[in-house]
Amino acid sequence: MDRKENIFKRIKNSVSDGSINPSSDRDRILLVLKSLILHLHPPMVNEKTIKFNHTFGLGGMAVVLICLQFITGLLLRFTYAPFPGSAYDSILHLQSTVLFGQLIRNIHHWSGLLLVIITSLHLLRVFFTSGFHGKRQFNWVIGVCLLLLVVFSNFTGYLLPWDQLAYWAVTVATGMLEYIPIIGTGLMEILLGGKQVGSSTLLIFYNLHTGIFPILIILIMAFHFWRVRKAGGVVVPADKSENKMVPAVPNLVAKEFVVMLVLLAFVFLLALIFDAPLLEKANPAFSPNPAKAPWYFLGIQELMLHFHPLFSAIIIPITSLIFLLLIPYFLYETEDNGVWFYSGKGKQLAIRSAVISGAASLAFILINEFLFKSGKLLGFLPDEISNGLIPFIIFMSGFYGFYKFLINKKGANKNEAIQTLVVSILTVFIVLTIVGIFFRGKGMALTF
Amino acid sequence: MRKNVKKISKDKTYKKETRRDFLKTAWKGLGIVAGLEFAGLAIHYLNDHAQEPDLNNIFDAGLAEEIPKGTVTPFRRGRFYLVRLADGGFLAVSIKCTHLGCSILWDEEKQEFICPCHSSHFAINGDVNNPPAPRALDIYELKIENGQIVIDLNKKNKRAGFEKSQLTYA
Repeated sequence: MDRKENIFKRIKNSVSDGSINPSSDRDRILLVLKSLILHLHPPMVNEKTIKFNHTFGLGGMAVVLICLQFITGLLLRFTYAPFPGSAYDSILHLQSTVLFGQLIRNIHHWSGLLLVIITSLHLLRVFFTSGFHGKRQFNWVIGVCLLLLVVFSNFTGYLLPWDQLAYWAVTVATGMLEYIPIIGTGLMEILLGGKQVGSSTLLIFYNLHTGIFPILIILIMAFHFWRVRKAGGVVVPADKSENKMVPAVPNLVAKEFVVMLVLLAFVFLLALIFDAPLLEKANPAFSPNPAKAPWYFLGIQELMLHFHPLFSAIIIPITSLIFLLLIPYFLYETEDNGVWFYSGKGKQLAIRSAVISGAASLAFILINEFLFKSGKLLGFLPDEISNGLIPFIIFMSGFYGFYKFLINKKGANKNEAIQTLVVSILTVFIVLTIVGIFFRGKGMALTF
Repeated sequence: MRKNVKKISKDKTYKKETRRDFLKTAWKGLGIVAGLEFAGLAIHYLNDHAQEPDLNNIFDAGLAEEIPKGTVTPFRRGRFYLVRLADGGFLAVSIKCTHLGCSILWDEEKQEFICPCHSSHFAINGDVNNPPAPRALDIYELKIENGQIVIDLNKKNKRAGFEKSQLTYA
């Protein structure tokens, strides 16, 4: 320690002795090693992995949005009252009298919505660039847990404004739980803290939204990052070009900074133009028409219009989730390939299956709506079987047959076949969600 | 490697390994017990909310003779409809649609309960006229004491469909 320095300099040096403006690569590497935030990066990165169209910076965007949610959320906590009598009024007060109250709420709203989208896209990016093999297997599982936490954070936040939109969306979405055999009703009553959405529900959701989920997200996020580092960073594309290592500062950090600024500008712009929705105060006696769950559950709600609720609300979503979690653990032929859509053939099959399953699911929705209900074909059987078990078995064997067809007739390898299968399931889910969001009107009839 | 250890520990000459194994298992077991205890406590905290003091659970719906036959009277505060069928039998039907829990409305013209959320229709006695609702509307226990209609909001009964035995007569 230099005793001649004044106290301010000595304090500053005790915090960090790295140079803030490093002039050589050696100094830049030292800067990364010595700083807490930058230490999340490796000192050197492969030049191929920091190309923008390799990752689109989606994981980084998710981090930025989570930070934004923390900052705006902590501000909102100062003005919000989690009780049915005062919650709605506290939002009105926030919007009308608190300095920039409406803007802060808008930012929190839009950034929460974007977070669900960006986290999902991040998952797709990892999937389509084969970033889930070998050392990355378990990090995929952690990532899926983070996605679920993001969705449930958004869902618990949905109730807090206590307007008609919030109240009925949560009523309808938690109503799906009642279809779980035996434990469903009990589970719903624990989550709601009673038989219907009420003051206990609001307190429970508030605590989950502002306490439990944020803590879990921070802890699991740290674990997620640590495992990315342990796996040697982002998956490297296995093409013929040269592997060149460059210092993370400035090559990676500068790009991250640009992505962050553009994203923040976009969120602020959204928040300035569009206000977060707020309908009239919640009224348990009158349901609006139509009453929809939050948008990310509308794929499931759309499915419920076609199949028995035990299958559409419980068995199909849980089967899909288990399949999603198991994706890294099918024994693949090649690993760590790192190229988008695995191969030219993989890409071609993905596009074709997306078009076909998209058209098929649209056709199914239209036939069910206008021609006849598929469940009535076997009307003499109980609804659980004719409109639940039988279609479920047909779809499962359909997917299995499709998989075998890809392997045997199309000459796809296991990587390509599973990717194609995931693309078709994903397309069906997206079509259902879009129909549920935009084309369901009064009484859930199709509207155009 | 693991298989080797198992083989050795099964061999009676290696008693020390089995004691260590026992202690390891005991610690794991204790850890699981502690985890379960905490989970139980957490659920208890959630459940305690459910027992809100509510003095209005015994609902007084007025005099039986004042309700005309073949009518439906809404009780918004109790969240039920008081139904009196044409034969004079009473039924307290829950306002909650059995599909996803929206509040049903009584349509006087069509003589049907209609759920505004997903257009389930129910007959005046609560039977499903039009899905997606999977079962008839739930009913509350209803008694008539000295001509006074009393409904116990704590006692809600699920049913597959309407039966004569569900009716109460004045």
